[in-house]
Amino acid sequence: MTGWRIVLLGLILLVPLGCRSGATAGPGGTGGVVIPGAPGEPSRVAADARAAAPDFQHTEADVRFMQGMIHHHAQAVAMTDLARTRAGDAVRRMAHRIELSQDDEIQIMQRWLRARGEAVPEVSAEHMHHMHHMSGDEASFMPGMLTHEQMMRLENASGREFDLLFLEYMIHHHEGALIMVAELFASEGAGYEVEIHDFARHVEADQAIEIRRMTAMLEELR
Amino acid sequence: MMEQTNDSPRRGRWTRRLAALPVMAVAGLVAAGCGGGSGGGAAATPAPTPVTPPAPYPDPVDPTDRTPNVVHDDDAVWSWDERDPRLFLEPGGQNAPQAAYGMELMANSPLPEGFGTNSDLAFAGNYAFVGNYNGYNIYDVSNPANPVLHVSVLCPGNQGDLSVHGNLLFKSVQAASARLDCGPQGVDGPVSPERFRGVRIFDISDIQNPTQVAAVQTCRGSHTHTLVTRPGDDANVYVYVSGTSGVRSGEELPGCVSDRDDPESSFFQIEVIRVPVAAPHEATVIRESRVFADAETGDIAGLRGLTRDGRPAQSPINACHDITTYPAIGYAGGACSGNGLLLDIRDPANPVRVHEVADANFAYWHSATFNNDGTTVIFTDEWGGGSSPRCRAIDPPEWGGNAIFDIVDGRMELRSYYKIPVPINPTCVAHNGSLVPVPGRDIKVQSWYEGGISIFDFTDSANPFEIAFFNRGPNTQGGGGFWSAYWYNGYVYGAELGRGLDILRLTPAEFLSANEIEAAMTVVMDEFNAQHQPRIEWPVTFVLARAHVDQLERAGVLSSGMVERLRTELASAEGASGNARSQAAERLTSTAGELAGATLAAPVHGTPEIANRQRELLVQAMRDLAGTLR
Repeated sequence: MTGWRIVLLGLILLVPLGCRSGATAGPGGTGGVVIPGAPGEPSRVAADARAAAPDFQHTEADVRFMQGMIHHHAQAVAMTDLARTRAGDAVRRMAHRIELSQDDEIQIMQRWLRARGEAVPEVSAEHMHHMHHMSGDEASFMPGMLTHEQMMRLENASGREFDLLFLEYMIHHHEGALIMVAELFASEGAGYEVEIHDFARHVEADQAIEIRRMTAMLEELR
Repeated sequence: MMEQTNDSPRRGRWTRRLAALPVMAVAGLVAAGCGGGSGGGAAATPAPTPVTPPAPYPDPVDPTDRTPNVVHDDDAVWSWDERDPRLFLEPGGQNAPQAAYGMELMANSPLPEGFGTNSDLAFAGNYAFVGNYNGYNIYDVSNPANPVLHVSVLCPGNQGDLSVHGNLLFKSVQAASARLDCGPQGVDGPVSPERFRGVRIFDISDIQNPTQVAAVQTCRGSHTHTLVTRPGDDANVYVYVSGTSGVRSGEELPGCVSDRDDPESSFFQIEVIRVPVAAPHEATVIRESRVFADAETGDIAGLRGLTRDGRPAQSPINACHDITTYPAIGYAGGACSGNGLLLDIRDPANPVRVHEVADANFAYWHSATFNNDGTTVIFTDEWGGGSSPRCRAIDPPEWGGNAIFDIVDGRMELRSYYKIPVPINPTCVAHNGSLVPVPGRDIKVQSWYEGGISIFDFTDSANPFEIAFFNRGPNTQGGGGFWSAYWYNGYVYGAELGRGLDILRLTPAEFLSANEIEAAMTVVMDEFNAQHQPRIEWPVTFVLARAHVDQLERAGVLSSGMVERLRTELASAEGASGNARSQAAERLTSTAGELAGATLAAPVHGTPEIANRQRELLVQAMRDLAGTLR
């Protein structure tokens, strides 16, 4: 393997190993709080762990991501809804997995927004059902969203034709979600807050795996 | 980690027809030695794991008296024991109601102030180290009934996967907000010399005052890490780094390449760090191992999931989530998002992929655990990422649980699935666990977030079953459930996300005898990291032999006369003194010989192979004991 990187921080130990505690901060003691320094630096004792703990605020870009992704997920759920009566076994199972995942994620995103006092897009079953009747303008503001025409085409398909269309559209839809995640992390200060960081990375990992599966299924069908 | 949910399943128009799903694609060998890769994936489809709770419970709940949290309706895709006490848990805070069988909570130490979500655990001597998104806490567990918070180390940067090796403690950091100097204020901008993402190394030789001695930066940070050692080489410890976050700018860390098509891409690799134990500040990344590479073409993005007929799928996997090394057998199990990998780690600096599996039932390959013999490996599926409910009545039992593989000639063959046998509506999915060292059996203790802790037997890898459990009601303050549950020197330690550190002990149950528990407690380790699996060895004790007698009695393979005789002889041998010792030794040796030649009846539990193996272990234990008496 070429291009190994030797990454070493903490080149200089200011104090020899094993004889640091006496010379620097006092012992943490039972139940005490210690804050280490940079590599090689001594640790110090903190008076109040709460004051020294991080408290990252979420950003406007975080909120836009969560709100947008709720709509994005809602359309995916509307697509899986169509699969229930139209798809073959394999695609129906895939659709079921996507439905369970994205349903829960919608709730997670709603709770995240609610807990932070931000506007929460409500996605009722009714709303999901009518998701595909939204206008082209509404649909086009997020990557991967299907147009009204595409949704109608999916709704009117069945059997093998439906399976092919569903996989093709859902792969496109998932790829759009990956773009949204990439855009989130590219925004200044976004994606730092712990919960949204973990959530977005999970969406990314999950949907990338599903894209791989659906691509394989598509290959088989063709 | 996200907030918890107590939402009920809203619907589930999918019926139980979906319960038995086929294994789409298992196994394909890319490396040389691909004997019989016929079609790649025609592995047997195991029947769904039978749901056999350890009945009868000491006090089964009558569902007609009390209202369970989940009822069996048409939406359910699997069935369970409706008397299971976990179904009736009411929500609560730190002291929420508990349900337990075969284990009990001895002590709890609440989350210290200033600390966020708890994560993974490591152990050394009398100390338990509990990882946290904001740092880690060190507990003195000399008295497991009374853990004492010894020192808290505040050094933010999630998720805080921990390992301990001698005087060194390792901690994983992936957060873009984490700082080299452990400060809480975060880092501004996409390029900063203050940012730290990678593996921190602390010196804990002064346990009162840990100090950071090195911080090894990696391109994607460290979601998890795993220690690796080479038997006979005490001078170095190696660290495999799994990074699942984005690639940082090459301006911040030279060499980082976020383009997936670049041959130098920072995707498609695990980093190998070598740490000289005597000079940890010299720790460096010595290799970016392309364990996903195609053996023939050399394409670094060479590992793909498999289609049903064994053909490679299109887009490749780019990272492992976690790796479990087992140096004594020379293998590691790589849980690598879309695949399970078997790695040859005999040269820790150069892990080599020898086999990989894919499974259509698995969403996210999360972690791995070997059995002690190294003949079986369990992979877990963190479907939903640990922030979603995945153990509901509407969630299929093959999804979001464990897949159990036998390792046959360096290849993994699927045998069964295991998932906790009770529906849970809050956040729940398979998570971290370790072996429980009951001799003669393969037993694992495992955390399931708000599904609690489950202990199951997988000695027969095709028929795993639960033998003990513990859970609390959902946390009304949010953030409950277990990240990790590991056995260490006699007890089960649970890292509860929001409720701190739990310590539990095993209690006798239908499938776990007092002797088996006591024999497990004879195994003492100096340190323990669940992902750096040690070979368990049992000291020669009388309770070891008695545990095997209990197992053979439970299997129903010996006559009751033989069982009584074994117990009597073991008891009298243990109490023998003076001249009686050599007589007892003679008797033990003679009976061991008789036992070795005896015909075993057909077992009522387990397989003939398992009973035979337990018999062999008993014979060996009796001969060893006789040796100590002479």
